[in-house]
Amino acid sequence: MAKADVTSRAALPTKPKPSKDELAHFYREMLLIRRFEEKAGQLYGMGLIGGFCHLYIGQEAVVVGMQSAIGEGDQVITAYRDHGHMLACGMDPAGVMAELTGRSGGYSRGKGGSMHMFSREKNFFGGHGIVGAQVPLGTGLAFANQYKGNDRVCLTYFGDGAANQGQVYESFNMAELWKLPVVYVIENNQYAMGTSVQRASAETQLHKRGSSFNIPGHEIDGMDVLAVRDAGDFAVKWCREGKGPIILEMKTYRYRGHSMSDPAKYRTREEVDQVREKHDPIDHACQLLLDNKFATEESLKELDKEIRAIVNHAAEFAQTSPEPNPSELWTDIVH
Amino acid sequence: MSTEILMPALSPTMEEGKLAKWHVKAGDRISSGDVIAEIETDKATMEVEAVDEGVVSQLLVAEGTEGVKVNAPIAILQGDDEPQAKVPNGAPPLAPQAQAPKPQAIKPPVVPREPELAPDTQMHAITVREALREAMAEEMRRDPTVFLMGEEVGQYQGAYKISQGLLDEFGPKRVIDTPITEQGFAGLGVGAAFGGLRPIIEFMTWNFAMQAIDQIINSAGKTLYMSGGQMGCPIVFRGPNGAASRVGAQHSQSYGAWYAAVPGLKVVAPYFAADAKGLLKAAIRDPNPVIFLENEMCYGRSFDVPKDIDHTVPIGKARVIREGSDVTIVSYSITVGMIMQAADILAKEGIAAELIDLRSLRPLDTQTVVKSVKKTNRIVIAEEGWPVCGIASEIATQVIEQAFDYLDAPPARVTGKDVPMPYAANLEKLALPTVDEIVAAVKSVCYRS
Ligand SMILES: Cc1ncc(C[n+]2csc(CCOP(=O)(O)OP(=O)(O)O)c2C)c(N)n1
Ligand SMILES: [Mg+2]
Repeated sequence: MAKADVTSRAALPTKPKPSKDELAHFYREMLLIRRFEEKAGQLYGMGLIGGFCHLYIGQEAVVVGMQSAIGEGDQVITAYRDHGHMLACGMDPAGVMAELTGRSGGYSRGKGGSMHMFSREKNFFGGHGIVGAQVPLGTGLAFANQYKGNDRVCLTYFGDGAANQGQVYESFNMAELWKLPVVYVIENNQYAMGTSVQRASAETQLHKRGSSFNIPGHEIDGMDVLAVRDAGDFAVKWCREGKGPIILEMKTYRYRGHSMSDPAKYRTREEVDQVREKHDPIDHACQLLLDNKFATEESLKELDKEIRAIVNHAAEFAQTSPEPNPSELWTDIVH
Repeated sequence: MSTEILMPALSPTMEEGKLAKWHVKAGDRISSGDVIAEIETDKATMEVEAVDEGVVSQLLVAEGTEGVKVNAPIAILQGDDEPQAKVPNGAPPLAPQAQAPKPQAIKPPVVPREPELAPDTQMHAITVREALREAMAEEMRRDPTVFLMGEEVGQYQGAYKISQGLLDEFGPKRVIDTPITEQGFAGLGVGAAFGGLRPIIEFMTWNFAMQAIDQIINSAGKTLYMSGGQMGCPIVFRGPNGAASRVGAQHSQSYGAWYAAVPGLKVVAPYFAADAKGLLKAAIRDPNPVIFLENEMCYGRSFDVPKDIDHTVPIGKARVIREGSDVTIVSYSITVGMIMQAADILAKEGIAAELIDLRSLRPLDTQTVVKSVKKTNRIVIAEEGWPVCGIASEIATQVIEQAFDYLDAPPARVTGKDVPMPYAANLEKLALPTVDEIVAAVKSVCYRS
C-alpha cells in the first residue's frame, strides 16, 4: 500500500477511450448543468430566487466525471455550490429549481433553498452552508458504510477555501486511522470568495494536504471530464478495496462570481476569458464528440434544444409551483 | 422572437441601481456569458452577463441612469428561436411571484439626543456602515496595538464593506486577511490579546463564529477569572448577526441570548449609527472581551452621529428613546426600528408607549427597564431571536422579580418564531417578528382590542 510517497501529480492509470454513449452522456450532463445554472442566474436577476445563489458554471466536468465512477448506494455530500452535484446525482431539475425559488415543489419543500437541499432517494446528503462542515459528515457516512459492512463509498466534496478549516484535518486523521471509504474531492477553483489559494494557503498543492496522515493525493485536470473519470474510477476502487481514504484535487475554475452578489474585482476579465476560451470542459467534450464522429453539428443543436426545453420546463415549474403552506413553518422541527 | 433584457437584482437586498456603463450597442450580437453592462449598487459595481443569445436591437436605458428599478426593461434582444417549454400537465395555477422581502423602509422619527450630549454637539448623518468604519479607523489611529483580522476584510474591502479603505490606510500589518479558519483566527486573536495587542476579529457573519465559540467562551471569556485576575483579554469580536434576507437556516441566527448568558463576556447590539460608533469605540478600549452584534439589514440606514471623535457610549447602559406613560416597549438591534413604527401606530390610537433600546445585552441595564415599568405598569419585549431562554425571557423575569407589584398585566414577548429559519419568502416573513405583532401585543397588555 502506498505509504511514503503518497502524493502525486503523475497521471493515474487511464481507461480506454470513451465509447460514443459514454462521451455523449458526459456532454449532455455537463450541458444540462451549464444551462440550468444560466437559467438560475436569470431567475435570480428577476428576483425569483433570493438569498445566496452560488453557480457551478465552469466546474461541470468535476461532478459529471466523478459521478460516473460511483454506483447504486454510494453517497455524495458537498457544500453550498451544489446544484451541479444534484443534477449529476440524477435529481429532477424541476425539483431543484423549485427549491431555488422557495416553492412547495422543491426538494426541501421550499424550506432549504439553494444551499440546503437533500435527496434520500438519490443518496445526496446536502447542500451545507457552513464552509468545511460537510467534511466530517461525509467521513461519517463512510464510517456508516464500513460499520454496516457494505462496500459503498462516500464522495465528499469541498473547496480550496474549505481546505483550511480545522475539521478537515480532524476528519483526515480519523479516516486514515480507521481506513474509512471516503474520497475527498477538493474542488480547487482557485478562489475562496475573493481570496486566491496563494493568499490563503501555506501549501498550495492541496492534494498534498493528506500527506502527514498518509492519505494518498492526486492532482487532476478538473476541466477534462475524462481525466476526472479515470481518477474517480481509481479512487473509488481504492476505497472499495478497503485501502482507506484518498484525496483528489480537481484543478478547476468558476466563471461567475462567488455568489450572485460578488463584484469579482480580485481577478481580471482576461483571466476568466482565457479559461473560458481555452479550457472550457464542455467545449472540450464537444470537440471530442465531433473529432470522433460521435456527433454532428446538427445532432448537437438538437441536443441543445432538448436541454433548453428541460431547463425551461424546470423554470416554469419553479414559478408555478405554489409557495409552501404557512403551516409548513411548524413542521419537520423534530420527529 | 424578441425579448426584453431586464435590470437584474445583483444581491439579496438590491431594489434599484445605476446603469453605469453599456458594453454593447444596438446591432451587436451577444451570446451567453458576454458582459453587456456594468451596474452600480450601494455596495459594489458589478458586471452583467448575457444569458440568452441574439442581437441587441435597442438599448432602453441610457448609460449613467440612476435609480433603475430591478426588473425594469433595459434593452431588447432579438433572440434566436428556441422551443417554448410547456407547463406540465396538472401543474398548479400561477402562484403570486415570490419577491425577496424588501428591506423595510424605515423613516426614523426624530430620536431624542443622548441626555449626556452637550447641547452644542455637532452632528452629521452617516450610515451604520460608515459609523462602524469610522470607529475602527479612529481607534486604529489612536492606538497602534489595535488591528483588524478576518475573512475578506482587506483586499476585498469587507464582505459587507465595513472595512472599506482600511487596508489602504493602515496596511497589511494591521488589516489582515485570514484563511477560512474561524476557530484558528479567533483563538489566535485571544492569544494576541494575552500578548498585549487589541485585536478586532471580524466574523463574516456570526453564524460562522459557531466554529470558534469555544475560543470565545472558554479562552476569551474565562481567563481573567481562572487566572485570579492576572490576565485579561481585551478583544472585540464583531460582525453581522441575525437574519439577512432569504439566506436560510444556517445563515440566519440571532446570537444575543447565546453570548449574553456567559459571565466574562460583554455583549452589545446597537441599532442607531451613533450607538454603533460610540459602542464600538468603547468596546475597542474595553479591557474585556466584547461581543459586538451588528445587523446586515441596518448597515445602509442613516442616522445622526456626533462629529466629536472622542464620543463613546458606555457599555451596559440602555437608552429611553421615546417617553410615554401607557406601556414600556423594550428591544435591541433591528427590532428597535419596528418598535418605533409600532409606537407611531399606537400613538394614533391613543396609547403612549415608552421605548427603550437596550443597546447592551451584558451587562443588561435592568434598572432603566424596571424604572420605566414602575411608571407605565406594562411591558412588551421585542426581539428577533428565538423565544426560548431569550433576552425577552430574561427581561420578563427581571421585571417580575423587581417590579411584580407594579404590573397591571403579564409581560408580553414578540420574538422570532421557535423554528429554524425557512428559506421560502412567505415562511421567512412568518418566522420573523413584525410591527403588527408588536402592536397587537401592546394592545393585549393594555387590555385594548
Ligand atoms: C464557516 C464559514 N465561514 C465563512 C463562510 C462564508 N463563505 C461562504 S463560501 C466562502 C468561500 C469558500 O470558498 P471555497 O471553499 O474555495 O469554495 P467555492 O466557493 O470556491 O466553491 C466563504 C468564506 C461560511 N459559509 N462558513
Ligand atoms: Mg474555491
